[in-house]
Amino acid sequence: MTEKNGLLTVENLKVKIGDKEILKGVDLKIGPGEVHAIMGPNGTGKSTLAYALAGKSSYEVTSGSVTMEGENVLEMSPDERARKGLFLAFQYPSEVPGVTVDNFLRVAYNTIKKEELSIWEFRNLLKEKMEFLKIDESFSGRYLNEGFSGGEKKRNEILQMAVLQPKLAVLDETDSGLDIDALQIVAKGVNELLPEDSSVLVITHYQRILRYIKPDFVHVMIEGRIVETGGGELAEKLEEKGYDWLKEKYGESGKDSD
Amino acid sequence: MSLPTTDIGTEEYKYGFSDDVKPEIIFDKGLSRKTVEDISNIKSEPGWMTDLRLKAYEIFLEKPMPEWGADLSEIDFDDIIYFVRASDKKMTDWDDVPAEIKETFEKLGIPESERKFLAGAEAQYDSESVYGALQGEWEKQGVIFVDTDTALREHEKLVKKYFGSVVPAADNKLAALNTAVWSGGSFLYIPKGVKVGLPLQAYFRINTQNMGQFERTMIIADEGSNVQYIEGCTAPTYTTNSLHSAVVEIICKKDSRVRYTTLQNWSGNVYNLVTKRAQAYENATMEWIDANLGSKVTMKYPSVYLMERGAKADVISIAFANTGQHQDVGSKVVHLAPYTTSKIISKSISKGKGRSTYRGLVKIHEGMEGCKSNVNCDALLLDEASATDTYPYIEIEDPTAAIEHEATVSKLSDEQIFYLQQRGIPEDEARNMIINGFIEPFTKLLPLEYAVEMNRLIELQMEGSVG
Repeated sequence: MTEKNGLLTVENLKVKIGDKEILKGVDLKIGPGEVHAIMGPNGTGKSTLAYALAGKSSYEVTSGSVTMEGENVLEMSPDERARKGLFLAFQYPSEVPGVTVDNFLRVAYNTIKKEELSIWEFRNLLKEKMEFLKIDESFSGRYLNEGFSGGEKKRNEILQMAVLQPKLAVLDETDSGLDIDALQIVAKGVNELLPEDSSVLVITHYQRILRYIKPDFVHVMIEGRIVETGGGELAEKLEEKGYDWLKEKYGESGKDSD
Repeated sequence: MSLPTTDIGTEEYKYGFSDDVKPEIIFDKGLSRKTVEDISNIKSEPGWMTDLRLKAYEIFLEKPMPEWGADLSEIDFDDIIYFVRASDKKMTDWDDVPAEIKETFEKLGIPESERKFLAGAEAQYDSESVYGALQGEWEKQGVIFVDTDTALREHEKLVKKYFGSVVPAADNKLAALNTAVWSGGSFLYIPKGVKVGLPLQAYFRINTQNMGQFERTMIIADEGSNVQYIEGCTAPTYTTNSLHSAVVEIICKKDSRVRYTTLQNWSGNVYNLVTKRAQAYENATMEWIDANLGSKVTMKYPSVYLMERGAKADVISIAFANTGQHQDVGSKVVHLAPYTTSKIISKSISKGKGRSTYRGLVKIHEGMEGCKSNVNCDALLLDEASATDTYPYIEIEDPTAAIEHEATVSKLSDEQIFYLQQRGIPEDEARNMIINGFIEPFTKLLPLEYAVEMNRLIELQMEGSVG
């Protein structure tokens, strides 16, 4: 079932964490170069979708399929998915003491790109991206996320994305906790540092980030399902009207019958 | 208790046949007064050393085994060979060296010529070509760097003055044993004001004698001098003997600085019970850098006695306890003068059924004002079966002391592993990366080639392929 034009195809994806079903049948198609946004109230399964796509082990897929360029993603380990071109910018990235940003990222780069860039070659590449994202030079020698401020962590995630050049970048609440200046820099990074045909999936509660990263498609997730899909105008409508009208239409009291 | 007789008559000798080679001697197992005398006689030692040995032997008999630490109940002192001299002949048949040890040499990239030596299958490692030039340079500056037996012959006064002055025989049962039967070890004297640029490396990289199981190492750093000493290597040290009990004594005189780095990786049958102690005088700095891998049981607490104002102790150690191993390690610092400073960092990793213990003592005596001490113990557990415990004794008798103590126990977190995997790094590599990060405060103090070996070794431990 190769889709010539599809990069990522998610069909009827159901995911459990422990005993609780969080995703109750998600369908999503992302083509190359497209920007998609998933919006929705808190606790509705947006981040679960991000983690499930990346292959977190405690997220149990009970049915459905996920394919990337026609290949079954669900059979791949998290690192295989990453090497296939799937990148997740974490909402809460882990701290890894003793491992510097540049060393870590060089190993990641060489693994994903199947290259052997020397320390010096890689440093030049990294420096260029850091300048673009207005990140101080000393940053690359710091231990990964250790003692980083919230904003530094987010910027570090985007730096990694810029270096690793994924086919699909999933941004999990990257906008949360960023001031407007930082948000603009991060958005500029997403818009300008990825290859033309890379796709982006922005997961967010707020419409704010979508002013800077223009989505081609906006999806609304309510209680583990994508219930509405539209263009940029849907985001604006949500900004205006909030989520309540959708909750009423599709929430517990609405239809929920499989 | 019946001790086998130690007869050094012709029956027991295994002579070499060329006359520029010393005869090979291997004693029978077991320890008696005669064993001690024989050791001293073979080496033609001065009478005071023979007496010292015999006195120590008496102390050894009297002292109880330490029972406050790891389980030592299986050590059988009658089942140990106390003296081996294998000048130019191999001690172990290379064919008998276990395959996993050979494999580890291979994986660590240890040169062919060093492998046989490390396994005890070759008695001499030719280090002349590497060290010849350096040796000349040191001698010009008055640095003495020889094995301790040679020192006793050629620098008797110095040895007599300092031997046992830092670690007396009566310190503990194993220090007494070492004093009674010691052989080999390094003797290092750095004259006033001399700063030795390169680290001095012992073990296979410099001479054979260091390989002993009861080695005695002494470092005397005279005023204002500076030296780094490295012993050991990351390759597993294979020995058929089950007890390694060394004593290291260091004297850091006024304004001197000594860094003593140890990397040890004993084969899994060895009890590694080592007494290491330094005295630091006015404004001197003593640094112990200590890595413990392998062995069955290791008990080792490098200590520093801060003797005079301004003296400083820095101790950083790591231990890796794999299945079947107990690493009972830590440090001891005694503040015997005002305005002295100590810093202890201890990192342990436990894997499988391995157990690591941090045991440390910081003592600040009454009236010693303005002392500072900082103790940091971090334990990393790699799985559910592994265990760690911490005994940080802190005895403060002076109210002006500034003490910080922090202890953490962490587990290798799934979150961290997933994060690194999400960047394309396979799970095993992700684990290694996190562990190498954990010990980075240690490895960054090592010369580059050792740091690389160290990280590689940890990776091998993780594969479970190290014997």
